[in-house]
Amino acid sequence: MSNYSMHMLVCGGTGCKSSDSDILVEKLKKELLKQGLEETVQVVMTGCFGFCEKGPIVKIMPDNTFYTQVKPEDAEDIVEEHVVKGRRVTRLLYKDPEKNTAVEDTKHMGFYKKQLRIALRNCGFLDPEKIEEYIARDGYMAIGKVLTELSPEETISLMKDSGLRGRGGAGFPSGLKWEFARNNESDKKYVVCNADEGDPGAFMDRSILEGDPHSVLEAMAITGYCIGADEGFIYIRAEYPLAIERLKIAINQAREYGLLGENILGSGFNFDIGLKYGAGAFVCGEETALIHSMEGERGEPTLKPPFPAESGYHGKPTNVNNVETLANVPSIILKGAEWFSSIGTEKSKGTKVFALAGKINNVGLIEVPMGTTLREVIFEIGGGIKDGKKFKAAQTGGPSGGCLTEKHLDTPIDYENLVANGSMMGSGGMIVLDEDDCMVSIAKFYLGFTVEESCGKCVPCRIVNKRLHELLDRICSGKGELADLDRLKNLGEVIKDTSLCGLGQSSPNPVLSTLDNFYDEYYSHVVDKKCPAGVCKDLMEYFILEENCVGCTACARACPVGAITGERKELHTVNPDICIKCGACMEKCKFDAVILK
Amino acid sequence: MGKIKTLADLKKIRDKQVSDINLRNKGDDAEKLVQIRVAMATCGIASGAKETMEFLIYDLEKRGVEAVVTQTGCMSYCYAEPTIEVTLPGKEPLVFGGVDTDKADEIIEKYIMGGELVDGIIPVNYETIDSKNKED
Repeated sequence: MSNYSMHMLVCGGTGCKSSDSDILVEKLKKELLKQGLEETVQVVMTGCFGFCEKGPIVKIMPDNTFYTQVKPEDAEDIVEEHVVKGRRVTRLLYKDPEKNTAVEDTKHMGFYKKQLRIALRNCGFLDPEKIEEYIARDGYMAIGKVLTELSPEETISLMKDSGLRGRGGAGFPSGLKWEFARNNESDKKYVVCNADEGDPGAFMDRSILEGDPHSVLEAMAITGYCIGADEGFIYIRAEYPLAIERLKIAINQAREYGLLGENILGSGFNFDIGLKYGAGAFVCGEETALIHSMEGERGEPTLKPPFPAESGYHGKPTNVNNVETLANVPSIILKGAEWFSSIGTEKSKGTKVFALAGKINNVGLIEVPMGTTLREVIFEIGGGIKDGKKFKAAQTGGPSGGCLTEKHLDTPIDYENLVANGSMMGSGGMIVLDEDDCMVSIAKFYLGFTVEESCGKCVPCRIVNKRLHELLDRICSGKGELADLDRLKNLGEVIKDTSLCGLGQSSPNPVLSTLDNFYDEYYSHVVDKKCPAGVCKDLMEYFILEENCVGCTACARACPVGAITGERKELHTVNPDICIKCGACMEKCKFDAVILK
Repeated sequence: MGKIKTLADLKKIRDKQVSDINLRNKGDDAEKLVQIRVAMATCGIASGAKETMEFLIYDLEKRGVEAVVTQTGCMSYCYAEPTIEVTLPGKEPLVFGGVDTDKADEIIEKYIMGGELVDGIIPVNYETIDSKNKED
């Protein structure tokens, strides 16, 4: 065994590395060697601490000291003072921004941990294929509590008090939804879990089902008890084979234990769950389309009302909740409405899971209390923008959402604020864009997705979206005119106002939001015929730099259309009239002489 | 397993499970028993978590280290898959990222058998409802 009695954990995340944390590691090692302590203290580089704003971070174990903004020249002090003399280096300790006092150890740094896991509480912690591990973490205690202590009405009122809102996108209060379904009398009612996660870039529902399937089953049984249903279905995409497999295992285990089936925990309450597979159509995440798909009909939405709570699956009252919403339910029942409503903002309670993707260092799932700012999410938890580039926008809400820009960085994220800023919560996909991303192309990408996924039932969504996409295509290829920008806006508004379902009504959002926030960029595309981010190929030209070109003729030989001319050992030039912008010359050039601008 | 008929039965099973898990931590051979969790969601498996898990099971046995290797769901560190969590007896759990078979070999050799830390630790940067309660 080693003799190390102390460890220095130095952050090796991208943010800290760019502030010389790797040099710091070397210096620390050197100082330790000088003191003859290399066998006693070990220096280790770790992943991101999620506190990049105050990097580089050094954490010393076992005394839990947390140093921030440590420079390589501080190594000597840390070793001499902290290690040799056993005194903390006060000037490097984190200062509490409110009290302006130094914080001694991480236990007193509540603010440091920005993430709070409720929906993801068991993900990555327990074995999803063992019901016993879930039970050991208070699993099925919530349904036990509800069945023995609370009436359905009391449970619904608890859910209403908690302030939990649907995590699938629209944010409808869950307790209210349950109440509607309860108040509709019928001989048969259904509980449906919407696991048709379709937003590009969102994968939290899959992670929950793969990592903690029992919490969803338990929550569905609780819903069933509240609304008076004895049967539930999980509508899940067939593209999630592992989630399906684990759900099947979980359902069987719960049945064997009698936690699903007849007379659950001797209460006389019956509830069982089945699976229904979706074929991956985006519109089937809309609850009426989802129900039609479950019935074996075409996955097309119908006008609401009637809401599923009145007439849903096979015409019976049906309650549809999203996976993440359900994953919150057992904790709320056990810990109470007051606890849950103490987290978050005035109208948005609890936490939200976001799937961070795009040009961000720490791609992954995060769960933060509602009201956390975009800056905290991107620059602290997310570790900042890749390769030290400049933040441009964050796209939230997938194809139904919009962009948040630099001016929104300090806005607390909740349902209301996102909508007020032209975006939406959606299911929680968050795609981070940097200076190299062209906003017109991004809008075109999302609209392309909606055009493909439109079910075709209503005219605005089917036809007008297509026209909108053609307009964007024209702008990206340099054939756009200034009037097109007004057309985009007008058509977008029409689609918003006249589409049948949520998919259509929200489909122009990416266009309207980028048009609103990045009008200049659209303007340069149509007026200057330039793409400022350098993405739209048709608006770019290939050039050969005089200072780098050695006249090797490699580019001219690679050009399939003979657009490059030039004598051997002399400067070559590209004829833009012939050039087809294939990029072959750029690939072949060994001297970085070919550029695109 | 039999059916659970009452809430009291469920509580009994929970308490037994909790003590079973604690036994694993504090039992007789606590000196030797190492617990490893491998994040095995679709994304982890796609980045090679299965190979890592197989390697860990095979190699720990080969070296005579008594260990329990189990699977779990996504730990949410997509940028550092495959991820594993190692709990040495009497120590706090540590999460390692980017654990391919080479890294797994290093972790067994240096951390599990030697007690030395290795690069690639992912600091815990979140609270769970349980950890928050303990602090209160």
